[in-house]
Amino acid sequence: MLSHLRTIWQILRHSFRRPETIQYPEQKPYLAPRFRGRIILSRDPDGEERCVACYLCAAACPVDCIALQATEDEHGRRYPAFFRINFSRCILCGFCEEACPTLAIQLTPDYEMCEYDRQNLVYEKEDLLISGPGKYPDYNFYRVAGLAIAGKDKGEAENESEPVDTHTLLP
Amino acid sequence: MNSIFRQIIIIIVVIAAALTVSAGLIWLERRLLALWQDRRGPNRVGPFGLMQVMADMIKIFFKEDWIPPFADRPVFVIAPALLVVTVLMSFAVVPFAPGIVVSDLNVGLLFFLAMTALGVYGIALGGWSSNNKYSLLGAIRATAQMLSYEVFMGLSLMGVVILAGSFNLSKIVEAQKNLWFCIPQFPGLVIFVIAGIAETHRLPFDLPEAESELIAGFHSEYSGMKFGLFFVGEYLSITLISAMIVVFFFGGWLGPVLPPILWFVIKTFVFICGFILLRASLPRPRYDQLMSFAWKILLPLALLNLMVTGGIVLAVG
Repeated sequence: MLSHLRTIWQILRHSFRRPETIQYPEQKPYLAPRFRGRIILSRDPDGEERCVACYLCAAACPVDCIALQATEDEHGRRYPAFFRINFSRCILCGFCEEACPTLAIQLTPDYEMCEYDRQNLVYEKEDLLISGPGKYPDYNFYRVAGLAIAGKDKGEAENESEPVDTHTLLP
Repeated sequence: MNSIFRQIIIIIVVIAAALTVSAGLIWLERRLLALWQDRRGPNRVGPFGLMQVMADMIKIFFKEDWIPPFADRPVFVIAPALLVVTVLMSFAVVPFAPGIVVSDLNVGLLFFLAMTALGVYGIALGGWSSNNKYSLLGAIRATAQMLSYEVFMGLSLMGVVILAGSFNLSKIVEAQKNLWFCIPQFPGLVIFVIAGIAETHRLPFDLPEAESELIAGFHSEYSGMKFGLFFVGEYLSITLISAMIVVFFFGGWLGPVLPPILWFVIKTFVFICGFILLRASLPRPRYDQLMSFAWKILLPLALLNLMVTGGIVLAVG
């Protein structure tokens, strides 16, 4: 009985507490520094697409909301022919960002992406691509990878030595 | 002729006020619950969210008036009206201020008890006619609960009757001129409040509804305006019980400076807020706990209170 009265008293004291509510449209909530929101595709510092269409994001996605098709340009540089994220299925888990070997796919702190039409939540590549490098301003996959593409032959990447000719006996 | 006209005006005003207040209580309850749960509650529609009630009313009026095909149609329709009518009937004997009472019955207290007793029918018939096992369970619980709590609800008021020497509510209020009955009749007050909560089947005694066990209890099958009537009936009975607590134990309209009617309204609102505070803080007891609490603790207490009061009045007077 006494505990009931104490409960009532404690609840009554809550009259003088500040409400926890954040009145959303007028008042924006605090976002954690690594908040995971809308997904974007970034470009490298040279303005080229970072994505090499390796399908790792699509494989990592637990809800299968990422669809893409790989293709190559004339220099052997891979890129996605189409890249589609269905945000009505996306759970913003960030696994795709973790899986991405070229830091192309990134999650942004934008969460205001409601639509009246469900179809509008399917984002195509042109909706996803941004013009900048996102969270990693200096990273360029092709500059550190050993792959030979136009303008950069084998052994010309950063921290890479010249390829060894295994057929010669000279030191 | 003039007095009949005056009577009719009082009736209309009382009904309008009771219905408006009970609708406004929906807003008040949501705001107060929010306050005590560190939230804000409805604050979007109109100033302080006051128009939320209007929005809800408009919505509920436009809802489809659906009767389940397996229900007992006539009874299903009558049940919610029965509940509201019995509660509204009790308002007839509430003395709001000297002279402002619909019917100054000699047996006003008994009339009030009789009408709350009849309120059981609305719920029992509603649950029965729904032809749904959860509704029936809720209705059975409601019937058992209200019948058993009615017993000592009446008994707890008998102490007041002994002190006031009348069943007439206006006389009871006037008898409290020197001392409100909440002091000499404190056990009676506690028992009456507990019984009143059970009568209105409000939390923590909302076992007839018990949404975590019985979906919505006796009104599971109700929708649209019929459900709205049950809802309004519940808030009406909260208002009624609060008004009755004020009349029996807190000196009705009596109070300094302010006009009597204002005193009555202020006191009633304090108790309405008390009802909501109880809802915000207490958990629901188990059904057997509810019944044993009623019969093993409250009934003997009520009888004891009656006996002691009677004894003292006999010895002194």
